[in-house]
Formats: sequence, structure tokens, C-alpha cells
Amino acid sequence: MIGAKHPPKNAMEYLMDSKETEKSNAVKTNLSVKDLNVYIQDKHILKNITLAIPEKSITCIIGPSGCGKTTLLRSFNRLHDDAADVRVTGNVVIDGEDIYGKGVEVTHIRKKMGLLAQRPTVLPMSIFENVAYGPRIYGVKKRRQLYEIVKNQLVSVGLWNEVNDRLKTPAIRLSIGQQQRLCLARGLAVEPEIILGDEATSALDPISTAKIEELFLQLKEKYGIVLVTHTLRQAKRIADYIAFMYLGELIEFGTADAILNHPQKQLTKDYLSGSFS
Amino acid sequence: MRKLEEKIFKGLMIGASAIIISILLYILYIIIRKGIPSLTLDMITKVPSGGYYLGKEGGILNAIVGSLLLITGAVLISISISLPVALYINFILHKNSRFSNIVRLSFDILYGIPSIVYGAFGFMLMVFLGLQASLLGGIIAVSFLIIPIMVRSIDEVAAYIPRDLIEAPQSLGATRYETLKVIVRQLMPGITTAVLLAVGRGIGDAATVLFTAGYTDSIPVSPGQPAATLPLAIFFQLGSPLEEVQNRAYAAALILTAIILLLSFSARYFSAKLSKSKI
Repeated sequence: MIGAKHPPKNAMEYLMDSKETEKSNAVKTNLSVKDLNVYIQDKHILKNITLAIPEKSITCIIGPSGCGKTTLLRSFNRLHDDAADVRVTGNVVIDGEDIYGKGVEVTHIRKKMGLLAQRPTVLPMSIFENVAYGPRIYGVKKRRQLYEIVKNQLVSVGLWNEVNDRLKTPAIRLSIGQQQRLCLARGLAVEPEIILGDEATSALDPISTAKIEELFLQLKEKYGIVLVTHTLRQAKRIADYIAFMYLGELIEFGTADAILNHPQKQLTKDYLSGSFS
Repeated sequence: MRKLEEKIFKGLMIGASAIIISILLYILYIIIRKGIPSLTLDMITKVPSGGYYLGKEGGILNAIVGSLLLITGAVLISISISLPVALYINFILHKNSRFSNIVRLSFDILYGIPSIVYGAFGFMLMVFLGLQASLLGGIIAVSFLIIPIMVRSIDEVAAYIPRDLIEAPQSLGATRYETLKVIVRQLMPGITTAVLLAVGRGIGDAATVLFTAGYTDSIPVSPGQPAATLPLAIFFQLGSPLEEVQNRAYAAALILTAIILLLSFSARYFSAKLSKSKI
């Protein structure tokens, strides 16, 4: 534990301070957000968000309902594109490329990020085809190659043993928890760099939730994971970094330990102590 | 008092349902009782001979084939217009955009137009294009009739597609067109229902085909020839003073009903099969 004399450095500062980064070599990022503003209709939903998501770790975005967590997550994937009344300004940079830059193809951006929605949304096809969907649209045609991909991803989410004898049945017949793991496998099959989860366990029972959380802990070896959650306990269980948002602003960002045990801002303290939620 | 109210309304609801079912059963009873005795193999395997409408030999194969060709053509044309329209107003445009609602309103109005008006309109169009009463003319007129039905019923199920399902393929990097393909799969049962409604309405409609498809005793071999249809076969036979011929009209009605039922069941069967397998 770092004592009060040396308050832990905000992870943001680590990232901003390049010397520090070089020295410690601890925090690398492949997704960073600079001065992001989102307006829906005329409401200012996200205000000047600047944030660097560390790679190969789990970052939880917490905050009360309506604070803009989901809007932030969706802007990483440019899911606001099709909504006529949403305006986005600022930069979201992945691998050195601004995803809102001119001439950037949206499909190319989305391939780098797997999104796990609140409720599992399986595609109206078989279990096999659900996982094979992504690789197929990127041109994988050989049955054998597809089979390998599907098998690997189903193994990696722990579904293979449960479904390998019925890959051809409609995915909708799986239980909700299995469906969510299938959705995760489907996202992983396009080989993303980052996994985005929008309260991905809120529709699940405790056992399925535990399975998904365990998966996230394994997956962070390879991927950056960003989770929106409004259960603080979940953040406590699995987060490496925590971003606290309130009314469209990023109030505080830091390591889980820093935010949970030594919050710097009064608002964060109040939220963590349960004064409001 | 409140209990009595509840009883009265429950009674009304049960009564209304019972009336609907009994009307259906009565119609089936009449066409079966009157039609079965006249329903011979000749009816469905032969075209009318010279004196058929005076009670002589023959059948209504011309009308059966005519109706099937006509509805097949009309459904193919209609689905290839209705599906893009329904997808466009739901998924490309914003669901409640101004233009979507104008399109919806237009189809609602078209939905309410009586079929004889479509017949007359089709006829005018044919005169303008220099076409004669023909299978093609009938197909066009019936398409006018059933496009609004299809659009509206696909539109209704499209409204229930969750946003998550649209975003799932998108977040994997699917293009709009690829996303639409997934949506169409999800819509498949709805599309089947739309086609069935349209078939039921189109195949049984007499007014649209009266001027446009004409009537003939032979089976059409090209779209430019006139075509007989089952509703008109029923109409002409029912208008005969001879009871024997009138009963044949009921047999024809039975055939028409059987065709619709057969199409319904097979469409449902195939749609269930289709939604299980891959794209």
C-alpha cells in the first residue's frame, strides 16, 4: 500500500508523462480518447472526455445511470454513425489512427473491437454460423478453416464441450448465459484488439456472470477490455483500471486500487460510499 | 355490479369469437356439401369442352393453372418491390423519419382502395401500353392489389427487430447490405406471413382480373395470352341457371380454398425449415 504521503499517481498522468512510461514501461495503450464531445439532439451528453485505455487489462467505466458510460463505449465503435441526431467531435485513436478521421472505413474500425451488448443477441442462424459469421464476411470460405476458427473460439469461451455435438442447432436455443458466451466467441472470431462490454452481465444469472467475468480475466492476457458496469462490486472484482463518470464528464481515472481506496475527488468518494447511485 | 359488468363483457368477447368461427365453419360446410358431389377428377384435369357451361363434359384446369400462374407472377413482382420498400423505410431511413411516414401513409391509402379500382386502373394502363387482356395484364393488376398488403405486413414485423440485432453484425464489421441480409433472415416468418396474406387476397380476387386477365377456355402458354382464373370461373358458373353448373361453382370454390390451405401449410413448413439452416 502506498501511504497518504505518496498518493498513487493517476494512471492518466502515467500515460501523459512519456518519461514515466518509458521508465516504468507499465502502461501501454492502443486506444485513446481526446476531447471527445457527443451531442444527442441538442443535449451535450459527453463533455471533453480525454482518456487512454491501457492495453491488456480490464478498464471499468462506472457511474450513475445516464452519465454517458454507454454513449462513450458506443463512440469507440462508431455506433452513433447511423443515428441522424448524434454529433461527435474530438478524436478516438486506435493504433495511431483516428477513427473519426476522414476516409476511415467504419467496418475496418469495428473489426478491431468486439462488442458485447447488454442482452445477448445471437444472429438468427446456427451456433456454428454465429461464430463463423465474422470470418465469413472477411472472406474466409474454406469449411475447414472456418471449423478451426469456430472450434478455437468456442473453446476459448468454454462453450465447446457444451455445444460441440449440436453446432447446427439454432443459437437461440442456448440458455441466456451460453448465448452471451457465444456472442463473445463471435466477437473474438474476427480477431479484435479490444473487447467492449456494455453491462454485458446485467441480464445474466450469478453463475453465468461469474463465468463471463472469469473469461474476461483470462482474455485480458491478449486483449484490452473496456466494460461499462453499474455494479460497483463487479468493478471491484475484475477491474485493473476504473473510470468514474458523472453527468457526461470523466471525473476520475486511475488504477482500481487508486480509485477504490484513494479517490481524489469528492464526487468519487460520494459515489463509492453509496451517497448516490 | 362490477362482477356483472365483467360477465357481460366476457360474454360479448366469447360471443364475437364464436360468431367468427361459426361463419368460417358454415362457409366450409356449404362449399364442401355442395361442391364435393360435383368434384370429379375431370374438374381438375380437363379444360372446358364446348358445352361445359351448359352442363357438358370438361373441367376447370384452365382456371386452376391460370390462377396459379397469375399469383406466382404477382407474388414475385410484389415481393421484389415490397421487401426493398419495407427495408428502406425501416432500416436505411430512420424508422420514424418524415419520408418513412409518408410512404406508410401512401400504402395505407393504397391498402384501402377497392380491387375493382385496381382492375379499372390496370385496364387503363393496358390500353395505354397497347396490351390486350392477358396473363401479364392480370399479373400487373394483382400486383397493385397485393403490394400494399405485403409492405404493411412486413413493415409491422420489421418494427419489432431489436436495435441490438442490427448492431450485432455491424459491430463485427458488417456492411449495411450484410446487416440487411441478417435482418431479412430474422424477418423470414414475417415475410412468409406477408406472402400468404397476399396470396390469399390475390388468388381469390375477381374484380382485378375481370378486365385485365380476361377469360379463356384454354391454358395460356405465353404472358401475352388471356388467362382464366378461379374466381371468374366461380362467377360464371354460379351465374348459370342450371343447378348442375352452379354446383360446379362450389366445387371450384373448394378447389380454390384447398389451394390456399395447401400453400399456407407448405409455406409455413418451408419457412420453419429455412430459418433453421444457414444463409
